[in-house]
Amino acid sequence: MIEFTIWDILRNLLLATRWTIVLSLVSFVGGGVVGLGLLFLRISKRKWSRSLAKYYIELFQGTPLLMQLFIAFFGLGLFGIDVPAWLAAGLALILWSAAFLGEIWRGCVEAIAKGQWEASASLGMGRLQQMRYVILPQAMKIAVPPTVGFSVQVIKGTALTSIIGFVELSKAGTVVTNATFQPFTVYGLVALIYFALCWPLSKSSQILERKLNVAHRNH
Amino acid sequence: MNYQFEFGWLAEYYPQIVKGIGITIELIAVGAVAGISLGIFCAWVRALGPAWLKPIVALYVELIRNTPFLIQLFFIFFGLPSLGLKLSELQAANLATVVNLGAYSCEIIRAGIQATPNGQFEAGASLAMTRFETFRHVVLVPSLQRIWPALSSQVVIVMLGSAVVSQIAAEDLTFAANFIQSRTFRAFEAYIVSTAVYLALAVLLRQVLAMVGRLIFPRRAAR
Repeated sequence: MIEFTIWDILRNLLLATRWTIVLSLVSFVGGGVVGLGLLFLRISKRKWSRSLAKYYIELFQGTPLLMQLFIAFFGLGLFGIDVPAWLAAGLALILWSAAFLGEIWRGCVEAIAKGQWEASASLGMGRLQQMRYVILPQAMKIAVPPTVGFSVQVIKGTALTSIIGFVELSKAGTVVTNATFQPFTVYGLVALIYFALCWPLSKSSQILERKLNVAHRNH
Repeated sequence: MNYQFEFGWLAEYYPQIVKGIGITIELIAVGAVAGISLGIFCAWVRALGPAWLKPIVALYVELIRNTPFLIQLFFIFFGLPSLGLKLSELQAANLATVVNLGAYSCEIIRAGIQATPNGQFEAGASLAMTRFETFRHVVLVPSLQRIWPALSSQVVIVMLGSAVVSQIAAEDLTFAANFIQSRTFRAFEAYIVSTAVYLALAVLLRQVLAMVGRLIFPRRAAR
């Protein structure tokens, strides 16, 4: 029987970590783009677009990410599309992150004082100009800490893609465990790698939030 | 495409689905009660507790909050037996849920405690209460009330996250869906049905938690 050293295990896990990082980045950026669209729908003047965005968010926040992955993986296949695991994983994670980011950002936009909308309207700005020049620059400042905080949820969310067979850190953990029969060491290391990815983001989100609060108190 | 949707299997397999729903509810009921209790204890330690315990609780909270639930579950179910702690699928799922919610609710409840005006601690002290008595009789309930909406959302998130316990063969709702799809090859229908059930459970759970909130918190301070 082959003996595996800790280094053998760690090296294989780290190689798979690349895919966790790539998938997280794709989901976060893609989710951000779709989420921005949702934000505009959610704060639009038209009722149908507001409720459309609201139901989208309810649906994706009210069902398990795992089910969304399953439906993307098995469901799209029915339409004659051959869905590889990476595509289903990316698609489901993008749509899922979009729901959360859209809702986080809506909160930030709504935190901007009403007078800002009225003042910019009185200057004859259109809806898009108001958003572009007045509301978003201010909303973006308060949106940074919760957005960075949510990126941690995205990284943890990618762990679920191992279940539909996408080979990233968690899947590598299972594979390596099956080869080495050392679940305690392997899953311990997997957890530590996730921790090393997530903790700096959690911490910076906290620090940014504290800075923002201090800035507000001084006003 | 010429795919025919077919829900005829529902009649045959609904006992599995009902059993799965039962286990999912059991998981979140135990998880919520034990997890929030653990969270209250940890929040007390972090905000007011003995100094030697603080770093231990902080480490626990940070470790859990920064690793995926799936890995926590695998570690408990596959990893702990090598330390001699063998758990059944359901016990492992329950333990993982409690440990997970404990860490998240700790941070939420701590925020509630820290928002307590200092005057309340001073008032408690002036009535000759010990620090713990002040916490128990003066600070705790209003703190929980302050953060109850956030805590409720976290419970719903943990309920939805519990779908992954099917991966260690705990027979929850997702397990039932996987079972049905492997028997009938009706993957899409099976997952659509269970997703709808999860959505209904999430809505229901929110209502139940709001009701619990109204029951345990005195009306006078309600917003």
